[in-house]
Amino acid sequence: MAIPLSYNLRNLAVRRTTTVMTSLGIGLTVAVLVSVLSLVEGLSSAFQSSGHPRHVLVMRKGGGSELTSIIQRSQFLEAIKFRPTVERNAQGEPLASPELVQTVNLPSKEAPDGMNLTVRGLMPIGREMREETRLADGRWYADGRREAVVGSSVAARYPDAKMGGKFKFGRGEWVVVGVFHSDYPARNSEIWLDANQMAADFGRFEAFSSVLVRTRDEVAAQALINELETDQRLQIEALPERAYFEKQTSSGDVIKYLGTFVAIIMAIGSCFAAMNTMYAAVARRAREIGTLRVLGFSRRSILVSFFLESLFLSLLGGVVGVILVLPLNGLTTGVGSFVTFTEVAFSLRMSPGVIGAGLGFALLIGAFGGLFPASNAARKQILTALRQI
Amino acid sequence: MTQEPIIRTRDLNKKFVRDEFEVDALINANLDVHRGEFIALMGPSGSGKSTLLHLVAAMDRPTSGSIEVLGQNIATLSESAIARWRNHHIGFVFQNFNLIPVLTAHENVELPLKLTHLKKGERHQHALTALKLVGLEDRTGHYPRQLSGGQEQRVAIARAIVTDPDLLLCDEPTGNLDARSAQEVLTLLARLNKEHGKTVVMVTHDPHAAHFASKIRYLEKGELLPEGEVPEEWRSAPTASDNET
Repeated sequence: MAIPLSYNLRNLAVRRTTTVMTSLGIGLTVAVLVSVLSLVEGLSSAFQSSGHPRHVLVMRKGGGSELTSIIQRSQFLEAIKFRPTVERNAQGEPLASPELVQTVNLPSKEAPDGMNLTVRGLMPIGREMREETRLADGRWYADGRREAVVGSSVAARYPDAKMGGKFKFGRGEWVVVGVFHSDYPARNSEIWLDANQMAADFGRFEAFSSVLVRTRDEVAAQALINELETDQRLQIEALPERAYFEKQTSSGDVIKYLGTFVAIIMAIGSCFAAMNTMYAAVARRAREIGTLRVLGFSRRSILVSFFLESLFLSLLGGVVGVILVLPLNGLTTGVGSFVTFTEVAFSLRMSPGVIGAGLGFALLIGAFGGLFPASNAARKQILTALRQI
Repeated sequence: MTQEPIIRTRDLNKKFVRDEFEVDALINANLDVHRGEFIALMGPSGSGKSTLLHLVAAMDRPTSGSIEVLGQNIATLSESAIARWRNHHIGFVFQNFNLIPVLTAHENVELPLKLTHLKKGERHQHALTALKLVGLEDRTGHYPRQLSGGQEQRVAIARAIVTDPDLLLCDEPTGNLDARSAQEVLTLLARLNKEHGKTVVMVTHDPHAAHFASKIRYLEKGELLPEGEVPEEWRSAPTASDNET
């Protein structure tokens, strides 16, 4: 049987100053990692939970994003809208929405020089296809007027985009008359307008940016994608709407890699802190180690005992780290998408997985930091240990 | 005594290397200790008495010679086997008590029992019995810092006897105690020997402490003197035979 855990826990409590300082050091490292992972988790969640399973997004081949894509009105009418795989609404109208996408630069508290936001011009069918979106405040824009309805994330972060706010776009000033909220988080970072009014402002009557199509089922969605992509005359690409959003999670990659790199550098420092603390503990308790050996505890028991103590110490640090980041959970922030070149707002998300990763990281620090001191304790000769003061 | 000795050393040697110098800590020691004996190993500092005790407890390995304890040639045992053997057969009492400061008296006494197959309740009961035996049943929840030196040593003795070992090895058990506490501890050791049949080997340089033993063996410059031989400087000190009479 092993040396009782109370022996280790009480020793940590006895040298509480060292314990607190070391665990705080480990805690800060864990806090960095947990913050980064929460950002990435929030971003992934915003994109990965967005998009209708039967929606297909059609863009120009090689465009990569709606912003740089052009679909001619003739292409829309002749090759997309009336395909048999396209779902129809109760009135028999095909659920195919030609859309205009532009950007507008609005200042926020975090970016006074402004950030690019996606502006989407929609036909009535486009709004109809977005049933998961509902008005949170105000009213929908009136057709033929310079009125806008903004996503809830935009309204929360941009003063000019609050209810009643005004912003310059196209040939004039647009008034915010409503705020919408979508169950697909990525949509809440957009501004929606009447597509015809937007086309008039930009003189784009014969071309759209993209077309969103709803198919009868998911099999039909794949069939439509195959049909459109294999037709060489069209030169268009089609992909599931979900895949388009998921592609944008790569926007968090820089944060993820940079943050993890910083956390790893900090972790190396924390490993040394834990190691230092444990070496000091082993030195201070040399006589106890000798006594335990005389009582019959094996070298292995000593190794396990001190290794566990290091893990306890680091786990405490991990808990401290998680607690430090806890107030940031749910905090909304934004990141520039490398696909749309606009900002996408999302909330930091401390999921159980993120917390688990943070605690696991802390244990890893404790394991590396504790292994050598624990091995040093186990290798001590009994008499040498007993003679140490 | 006709029975086989439970400790038998033959031509036992131990050399230490200090810097470049080789020091003979123990030279050709031949010792027989029989079951139920209370033997004191006496000698001045550096005479090799603690070295001999450490070899008997398998806390160190001899340079040459043989050592059998309870019929077991302990020099041939592996590290882990020695650890188990020590837990089963040896109770060790240190001069500095060596209690674990973060554990209570009861937890300290219970510690060696963690290596046995006893259940939690049984361990608790055994530890309590050992503490009762040393007269500290009212100090079970006290930490070492809350005990006097004499009480600490009695807890250490309770810890040494809790596994019911065959041998009780004591290294200067009264060396850090005042006269009254030393008397209590020595009386306790003598009681454990007489009433509970424990074989006790005690290292001391205090003639008064040695007086409690049934036999005294002297060491001088690493040599264990033949039984009955008393060095000149100890002649005026009380002997074990005084104790027996």
